[in-house]
Amino acid sequence: MKEPVIVFDGVTKTYPYYGYITAGLKMFLFNLPEAINHTKKSFTALKEISFEVYGGECFGIIGNNGAGKSTLLGLAAGALKPDMGTIEIKGRVSPLLELGAGFHPELTGRENIVLNGVLLGMTRKRVVQKMDEIIGFSELEEFIDQPLRTYSSGMVTRLGFSVVAHLDPEILLVDEVLAVGDINFQKKCMDKIMGFRANGVTMVLVSHSLDQVQRLCDRAMWIDHHEIRAIGEPAAVCQAYQGG
Amino acid sequence: MESLVQNFAYYRDLILVLTAKEIKVKYKNSILGYVWSVLNPLCLAVVFYFAFKFVMKVPVENFTLFLISGLFPWQWFSTSVNASITALFGNASLVKKVSFPRYFIPLTTVLNDTFHFVVSLPIVFAFVVFYKVHLTAAWVYGIPLLMVSQFFITYGCALAVSALNLFFRDLERLVMIGLTVLFYMTPIIYDISLVPERYRQYFLLNPLFGIIEGWHNLFLRGHVDWGLYLVSLLQSLVIFGIGFALFKKLSWKFAEVL
Repeated sequence: MKEPVIVFDGVTKTYPYYGYITAGLKMFLFNLPEAINHTKKSFTALKEISFEVYGGECFGIIGNNGAGKSTLLGLAAGALKPDMGTIEIKGRVSPLLELGAGFHPELTGRENIVLNGVLLGMTRKRVVQKMDEIIGFSELEEFIDQPLRTYSSGMVTRLGFSVVAHLDPEILLVDEVLAVGDINFQKKCMDKIMGFRANGVTMVLVSHSLDQVQRLCDRAMWIDHHEIRAIGEPAAVCQAYQGG
Repeated sequence: MESLVQNFAYYRDLILVLTAKEIKVKYKNSILGYVWSVLNPLCLAVVFYFAFKFVMKVPVENFTLFLISGLFPWQWFSTSVNASITALFGNASLVKKVSFPRYFIPLTTVLNDTFHFVVSLPIVFAFVVFYKVHLTAAWVYGIPLLMVSQFFITYGCALAVSALNLFFRDLERLVMIGLTVLFYMTPIIYDISLVPERYRQYFLLNPLFGIIEGWHNLFLRGHVDWGLYLVSLLQSLVIFGIGFALFKKLSWKFAEVL
């Protein structure tokens, strides 16, 4: 149980200022010396972060906007590469950073389920096998063969969560997607997440809801100004965050 | 080993699903879907026929078929390169948040247009039959071989353009100009035999030359010029290599600049 599945060791992530470059080739060439200087400067999003997440635990991350939480999840998902330090991940990561990644408004709900499911790491066959279950969970049977653009935004997130709920993850990265839909559906989501926990899925949860973190997580970490301020018991970390 | 096989199956599914999405989106909401993908080269053919045969009387035999056999492959190349400009932007949420090989994104763009090229081939066949040019056995291997060569050069360009456009966002205009220059520098609307002899050798520097000439040879004369084909294949592979290396080198930065 106490085997670490995510290990961050002295991880630093910086973003160069690309302003001059992304403003276009013309800007870049006409302001060449300035632009090169500018690109050398960089913004530090995370500074020497080291922590471990153990198999089967639920690990909460809290902190102000811009503290570096999303960068941290991006690193864990493998979408970003650290400038310094190492990251070790053991297991299949399902990054749930945004519900409905890759959804296309012109495709039907059913087609989007396949697209989204495969993007999140399932094989096509597996998605098709679980199709009825996913549609049932979403309670969108009536609309499932309509194009997604006819859905309300609540329905879109519901569909997104329903796909996620039927993934078969080992490590789940969750970025504040737990508040979805109406009260009934929220409860269903919560049950599903509890179900993942009970099945021994490791979860990393970024949230602004301290209440949620205290209720769900085994341990929590507070990131402030790109550094770890506190790590440990959720109650104690949340208290420090509120006090600090 | 098992995980390698699993990965392969998964990546195959991923490419399939993403390409299917592009194709479906194109055909949704338009009954004319198929017509649209062949209308553009056909219209161009009519316009060029008017300008160059009817008005200027260029001495090219079978000019209609000549235009058709060059414009359809050109359409494949140019729409792919054009679409790849915005390919990564259009999939920003995926690039930022999901980890999979980024080069799949321009790949699906190119595969989408490859599909459209394949389904538009019957139109070319129809013209060939109409003009009573003989179908030969060379078609059976000529078409796939030329497609392989053209696929690599198209994918290579798409990789380079999609990656660079993230960093230099006015690259779009340069690409437009580049495509226009390339169009007129490639013997699509004129025959290479009309070019003064001492300049002809320089056309070999244009990596699209060998491919377009290949299509002309195949559709108009029913044969494959192996020497030319090998040169074009080599050029395509080099361009693919450059595009791929560039894309690879920059791909870690994509999530940062999007």
